[in-house]
Amino acid sequence: MFGFLLRRLAVLIPTFIGVSIIAFSFIRLLPGDPVELLSGERVMSPERHAIISHDLGFDRPIVVQYFDYLGGVMTGDFGTSIVSKKPILDQFWSLFPATVELSFCAIILAIALGIPAGMIAAIKRGSIFDQGLMGIALVGYSMPIFWWGLLLIILFSGTLQWFPVSGRISLMFFFKPVTGFMLIDSLMSGQKGAFASALSHLALPSIVLATIPLAVIARQTRSAMLEVLSEDYVRTARAKGLSPFRVVGIHALRNAMIPVITTIGLQIGVMLAGAILTETIFSWPGIGKWMVDSVFRRDYAVIQGGLLLIAAIIMIVNLIVDLLYGLINPRIRH
Amino acid sequence: MADTTVTKTAEPVSSAAMRRQMLREFWFYFSENRGAVLGLIVFVLLVIVAVFASLIAPHSPFQQYRDFVLLPPAWQEGGNPSYLLGTDPVGRDILSRLIYGAQYSLFIGVFVTTLSLVGGIVVGLIAGYYRGWVDTVIMRLMDIILAFPSLLLALVLVAILGPSLTNGMIAIALTLQPHFVRLTRAAVMAEKTRDYVTASRLAGAGPLRLMFKTILPNCTAPLIVQATLSFSNAILDAAALGFLGMGAQPPAPEWGTMLAEAREFILRAWWVVTFPGLAILITVLAINLMGDGLRDALDPKLKRS
Repeated sequence: MFGFLLRRLAVLIPTFIGVSIIAFSFIRLLPGDPVELLSGERVMSPERHAIISHDLGFDRPIVVQYFDYLGGVMTGDFGTSIVSKKPILDQFWSLFPATVELSFCAIILAIALGIPAGMIAAIKRGSIFDQGLMGIALVGYSMPIFWWGLLLIILFSGTLQWFPVSGRISLMFFFKPVTGFMLIDSLMSGQKGAFASALSHLALPSIVLATIPLAVIARQTRSAMLEVLSEDYVRTARAKGLSPFRVVGIHALRNAMIPVITTIGLQIGVMLAGAILTETIFSWPGIGKWMVDSVFRRDYAVIQGGLLLIAAIIMIVNLIVDLLYGLINPRIRH
Repeated sequence: MADTTVTKTAEPVSSAAMRRQMLREFWFYFSENRGAVLGLIVFVLLVIVAVFASLIAPHSPFQQYRDFVLLPPAWQEGGNPSYLLGTDPVGRDILSRLIYGAQYSLFIGVFVTTLSLVGGIVVGLIAGYYRGWVDTVIMRLMDIILAFPSLLLALVLVAILGPSLTNGMIAIALTLQPHFVRLTRAAVMAEKTRDYVTASRLAGAGPLRLMFKTILPNCTAPLIVQATLSFSNAILDAAALGFLGMGAQPPAPEWGTMLAEAREFILRAWWVVTFPGLAILITVLAINLMGDGLRDALDPKLKRS
């Protein structure tokens, strides 16, 4: 297992260096003067330009600049935002919990509905139930989620008024963020109705973000289950007289879950992309909306830092998924 | 002498006849999947709509009828039968804009898929054929591209290149390309050690001929399936970029851009939001249905699962 971890890391490190080179070169590829872009100042005297250029390190050789940048990144210095003048890493940590909370609820929703749906479809293969479920899954898989979000707003926030349109909690409630996770903070605040308010704000964005992973997980579970159900050991288990529930739920499910777990892991990267759209529609103050806003504000420092941070998170998540996969399926380790 | 009798008795199979036979077999499996046939029909209809947009559309997609702003669909109270799906906030006919929008979506799909397919095949062939450090460098580069969420990478690339449909399409093609590289490389590595490739090399075929004429035709099945997936992904991503204001720019009747323009009216006029999104969904769904059918028909391993 340790050797497996080392092999994965040996691939990960060059990839991370490559990602950092891309984030580093990004600001230098933009049309225009990088000193002006990074400082956010448009017209400046040559003296001021020289000072800022020196502060930002642009007067040194490019290789030195890169290693300076990499050294900064390693010690947690991702630069400062042009617009808010705050350190990028601080901003990231203040917004990241919102995205994690949303993604976590969405993936739980997707797993809780997707795996049973896929299993039932596989067991009732060819029935109307199977065809209906897989039809719905294909529609979900093809869904433009930004439109889906708008439709849900029209129906549930506009016509029915069940759920709020945007934000994380009603403005009536105010408490200091402790964990950054609104569900936990609202419980800890002890204010009446705060938790319910946080939950109702989370409902629509979670559904929207869960849609595509849910469809993918249901389809993957179905096909993995079908494959396992035709194996000899499942027939043996049935012939032994085990109850159908035991055969499917215990014997077949364990092996069918191996490809499904990989799929779930891969969905996390997809969800971060989905968070960009979902957070924009619901004004959810997470990193997806932060990136979109930064693109519009031309806050290139934030784009540069955010790009690297998001890529690093996806790589770490993928590493964890790989390791989990190695734990469940010993064959993959070698 | 025995040789001549053998060649005489064995009926020579012309490649045209074989191709016809393969097509017939393909259609047999494809047409078994009712969803795939439905998808194909919808897709063909969309192509017809896109090609004959100027004949079908009742109005110009840009003409603003200022007396008929935010008109509901014809069947609703206050609707006007000459604007079947209603009008948008500046009085343009939504149906006409949707019809012209089909041109955008199909063009985006074709352009992005071609670009990423051709680029991916060439790079993947090189990586799989030469192996060694060339392969390592190429695959690390692909890992780097895949480390970013595709939409985020496309968004940032468009921020660099400037927001426009062309730049958006190039950015999306770049994010879709690694999948083709990986597929081609894996297929090439599997095929390269086969006897027919060795025989062809011994007969004096050069690397270019080996790569493109000998090996590539035997790797096409997974590539075709991936291409349909990329087609629908390209349409979705381009619409998402348009929705974020970073793709096609107004007043272009691109479906995602139409949604972006309609966003502030969602609680007042449901039709300006509903129809463009429905158009995207139907198009993407039709292509994905076709993709499922293609996968079943082309990939014997996945057949009937």
